[in-house]
Amino acid sequence: MNKSSKKTAVPRTPWPTGRYMAAPYLLWSAAFILIPLAMIFYYGLTDKSGAFTLENVLSIGTPQHAKALLIALLLSLVSTLICLLLAYPLAMILARRGISQHSFIVLLFILPMWMNFLLRTLAWQTLLEKTGVINSVLSFLGLPALNIINTPAAIILGMVYNFLPFMVLPLYNALTKIDGNVVNAAHDLGANGVQTFFRVIFPLSLPGVISGITMVFVPALTTFVISNLLGGSKILLIGNVIEQEFTQASNWHLGSGLSIVLMAFILVNMLLTAIFDKNGEGTSL
Amino acid sequence: MSTRLIDLQHITKIYDNNTVLDDMSLYIRENEFLTLLGPSGCGKTTTLRIIGGFEKPDQGRVLFHGQDITSLPPNKRQLNTVFQKYALFPHMTIAENIAFGLKIKGKTKSYIQDKIRYALKLVNLDGYENRMPDSLSGGQQQRIAIARAIVNEPKLLLLDEPLGALDLKLRQDMQYELIRLKNELGITFIYVTHDQEEALTMSDTIVVMNQGYIQQIGTPEKIYNEPENAFVADFIGDSNIISGIMIRDELVSILGQHFPCVDKGFGTNKPVDVVIRPEDVDLVKPEDGILTGTVTHLIFKGVHYEMEVTANGYEWLVHSTDMFPVGTPVGIRVDPFDIQIMNKPASEDEEAVNIDE
Amino acid sequence: MIKTTAQKIYTALIFIFLYAPIATLIVLSFNASKTRAKWGGFTVKWYAALFDNADIMQALYNTLAIALLSAIFATLIGTVAALSIQGMKKRSRAILISITNIPMLNAEIVTGISLMLLFLTVGARFGFGTILLSHITFNIPYVILSVMPRLKQLNPSVYEAALDLGASPWRAFFKVVFPELLPGVLSGFLMAFTMSLDDFIITHFTKGPGVDTLSTKIYTEVKKGIKPEMYALSTLIFVTVLVLLLLVNKAPRPKEKQTLQGTKKGTAK
Repeated sequence: MNKSSKKTAVPRTPWPTGRYMAAPYLLWSAAFILIPLAMIFYYGLTDKSGAFTLENVLSIGTPQHAKALLIALLLSLVSTLICLLLAYPLAMILARRGISQHSFIVLLFILPMWMNFLLRTLAWQTLLEKTGVINSVLSFLGLPALNIINTPAAIILGMVYNFLPFMVLPLYNALTKIDGNVVNAAHDLGANGVQTFFRVIFPLSLPGVISGITMVFVPALTTFVISNLLGGSKILLIGNVIEQEFTQASNWHLGSGLSIVLMAFILVNMLLTAIFDKNGEGTSL
Repeated sequence: MSTRLIDLQHITKIYDNNTVLDDMSLYIRENEFLTLLGPSGCGKTTTLRIIGGFEKPDQGRVLFHGQDITSLPPNKRQLNTVFQKYALFPHMTIAENIAFGLKIKGKTKSYIQDKIRYALKLVNLDGYENRMPDSLSGGQQQRIAIARAIVNEPKLLLLDEPLGALDLKLRQDMQYELIRLKNELGITFIYVTHDQEEALTMSDTIVVMNQGYIQQIGTPEKIYNEPENAFVADFIGDSNIISGIMIRDELVSILGQHFPCVDKGFGTNKPVDVVIRPEDVDLVKPEDGILTGTVTHLIFKGVHYEMEVTANGYEWLVHSTDMFPVGTPVGIRVDPFDIQIMNKPASEDEEAVNIDE
Repeated sequence: MIKTTAQKIYTALIFIFLYAPIATLIVLSFNASKTRAKWGGFTVKWYAALFDNADIMQALYNTLAIALLSAIFATLIGTVAALSIQGMKKRSRAILISITNIPMLNAEIVTGISLMLLFLTVGARFGFGTILLSHITFNIPYVILSVMPRLKQLNPSVYEAALDLGASPWRAFFKVVFPELLPGVLSGFLMAFTMSLDDFIITHFTKGPGVDTLSTKIYTEVKKGIKPEMYALSTLIFVTVLVLLLLVNKAPRPKEKQTLQGTKKGTAK
C-alpha cells in the first residue's frame, strides 16, 4: 500500500455518481435478493395459518432431519478437507509458473463448466461401475476393485470433483499475490523450505484458504443433486430434505424453517470470511 | 582490509538465450563498500542474486572466505539481503519481522528482545515494535528491512536498490544513514544501484557494468575523473565525448584543432575518443580560444549556468559560474589534464551505447 | 529434476481427474448402444438424431437464450452498479458489497427456493420469464466482482485529463474510462454466461412445467436413462467452446522479451 496515494485530494471516482446510478441495482437486489430472503424467514417462522411458530426451525431436532444434517456436515467437511489438501500443492505448482499463464490456468478450471455439470457428475457412474474404466485399470494394475458407487464415498468424490476448482482458484490467486522477494527474504534470514512455508507462505495465503473453504463447504453442505446422482437416492442430505419439502411435499413452511437452519451455518462461514478477508474483495474467482 | 571476502570467478548466467553475465570475475574485500552500478539489464541485480544464493550461475564459482558456496542455498549463507521494495513480512509486526532470523536460529527470548531494541535504536525507530509494516512510510520500512538483516550479524550485507522507491530528500538522508551504519557495524556492503550520484557518494569501490560486462572498477574519484571508455564517461555524470585523433603523445586533434593533453602511449595519428567534463570547458574571449563558437542555449541551474556552445559543428555542453548570453561568440580552452583520452570501443555493444547519445 | 517431474505428474493427475468425465461423455456420444453401460460400437448417428429431436432443440434454445439475455442484463446492471459502488462512501459501499455477496455466498438451494417463494407470492407465471429473472439475479455479482478490481486499478486522473483536454463527461467516460474497464466487463459477461449455462439448482426451483433448459431436461431423464443425443449435444458445445478459446488464446500478443531487449540498448542515459 502506498501511503501517499490515500491522502490525495482526487476523489476515487471523478465521474458523477449520483444516487440514481445505484438505483437500478438497489431496486433489483431489494426485489430479488432481500425480499425473497425475508420470505424464507416469514414462511420458516409461521405455520399454515400464518401464526408465529418455531416448530419448523426446531424440527431439525427430529431424528430424520438431524441425521440428514449430520451426514451433510460430515460429508461436506471431509470433501472440503480433501479439496484443500489436493488443491494446495497444485496451486503452489501453478503459482510458480508465472503470471504470463495466469488466464490460461484459470481457463483450464472454468472450461469443464461448459459441459453440463449433471452429465459430468453422471459420467462418474460410468467410470465407477463394477466393470467400468477405473476398475479395469485397477485390475490391470493388480489392485482390488473399487465398489463405492451409491455409497457416501461416491458422494464425497462427486463433491470433490465438482468443487475442486473453487478451492484451487482462490488459493492460486492468493499465492500469486505473494511477493517473491518476501519468500526470498525468509530464505535469506535462514529459514529452510518447511519453515518458510509455515511461517510465511501459508499465513500469507490464508485469505485464499478461507475463501476456498467457503466456496467448497457451502455448496457441498447444501447440495441435493450430487447425493441424488451418486448416492443412489438412499442417502438423504439436508439439501435433499429441503428440496423434497418444496417439490414433493409442498410444505414450504417446514422447508423454509430448515433453510433457516442451513443459513445459520452459512452465516458462520460468512463471518469467518469477513474476518479474514478484510479488504472486502470477496470471493476471488 | 586486503582479505577477500567474496570471490566471483568466471561467472556466466544465461536466461532464455540471453546472456546476462558473461565470464565475469570480481572480488570484494572485507569491510569494503562496493557498489555495482549500471543501467537496468546490465546484470548488476543478477550478480547480487548469485551472491545471495537466489540464482545459480551457469558457469563459474562463488567463493566466500575462500570456500566454494556456489550451490549453497541462501538460508545457509552467512550474509543477508535488503531487498528492493523491502519485502517485509506483511502479516508480522515490526518486532516479529526483526526477530524472524533469530527465532529460526533458536536464540533465547531475552537475546531476541535485546537485539530488537538494539536494532530499532540503530535505525532510529525505537518504539515501533508492535506496528504493522503497512502502517509505516517507505523510508521507515526501508530502515526496518535493514534492521531485520543486521540483527543476524551477517559478514556481508547485500542491498538491492534499497533507496529506489524513496523521494530525493529521504534518499539523501538514508545515504548518510547507510554510511553511518556501515561504519558502526564494520561489515561489508555490496550495493546495487543505477543512480551514479548515490554510487559516488557512498562507495569505496564502484563497479560499472553494462550488458553483462564489467566496464570499469575503481574508486569514485577514479571512475569520475578517468573513465576508461565512452560508456563509463557517459554513464557517470555529463560529458562531452568527441571523436579525435591522437597526433602524438600529449597532443590530440579535436574538431580539427590541436589540444595539448597529458596522455601518452596511444600511438601516432590514431583515432580515439576524447572525454571532457562540462565543468572543465573554459569559455574565454574568441581570440584566446583554441576553438571558437557561439552560445546557443543557456539555462540557470542554481550552482552554475549550463550552456551549449556550437563550435566546428559540435555542440559542447559547458558548466560555468560565468554567464554568456545566447548569441555571444566565445573561445573554448581546455586544460591539458582535463582531457581524458580513450581507445575507440572494440565491441559492438559499447558502440551501440555510444550511438544512443 | 525429481521434484519437477513429481510436480508434473501431480498436475497431470489432477487434470485427468477433472477431465476424465468429459472424456467419458465424449466417448459415450459415439456409442452405438443406447445404454451407457456397454460399448456397442462406433457411431455418429446420435449427432444426426440430435437435430431431429425437437425437445432437446427447444431446451437448447431456452438454455442459450436465457444465458445470453441474463448475461447481457447482468452486465448492464452490474457495470453501472460497480461504477456507483466505487464512488460511494465507505459505509454504503460496505452495505452494497455485502448484499452483492449474498447470492455468491448463500446456498444455491436457498436462493432458488427464496425466488420460488417470491414468484409464488406475487402469482407470477412460472416459465421462461421467471428463470431469466433468477439468472440475472445470480449473475449480477459475477459482473460486479469482475469490474470492481479494474475500477480500483484505474487512475482517476485519466478521466480528468480527458476533461481537461476538452472532452465532454460522456465522451471522456467512453473514450478513456470504459476501455480500461472493458476486460473486466467482458470477463464478467463471460462468467455470467457460463454460470447461467451450467446452472441447474436455481432453474430447478424457478422453472414452470413444460419449460426446460438442458440441465433440467437431463435431470428428469436421469431416472429413465439419458438419451445419447444429450451426450452428442454436450460434446458439440464443449468442442465449440474449446476451439473458440484456443483461437482467442493463440491470437498474437506482444512478446515481453523483445521489449526487454529493446529497452536495454536505450538506457544509456
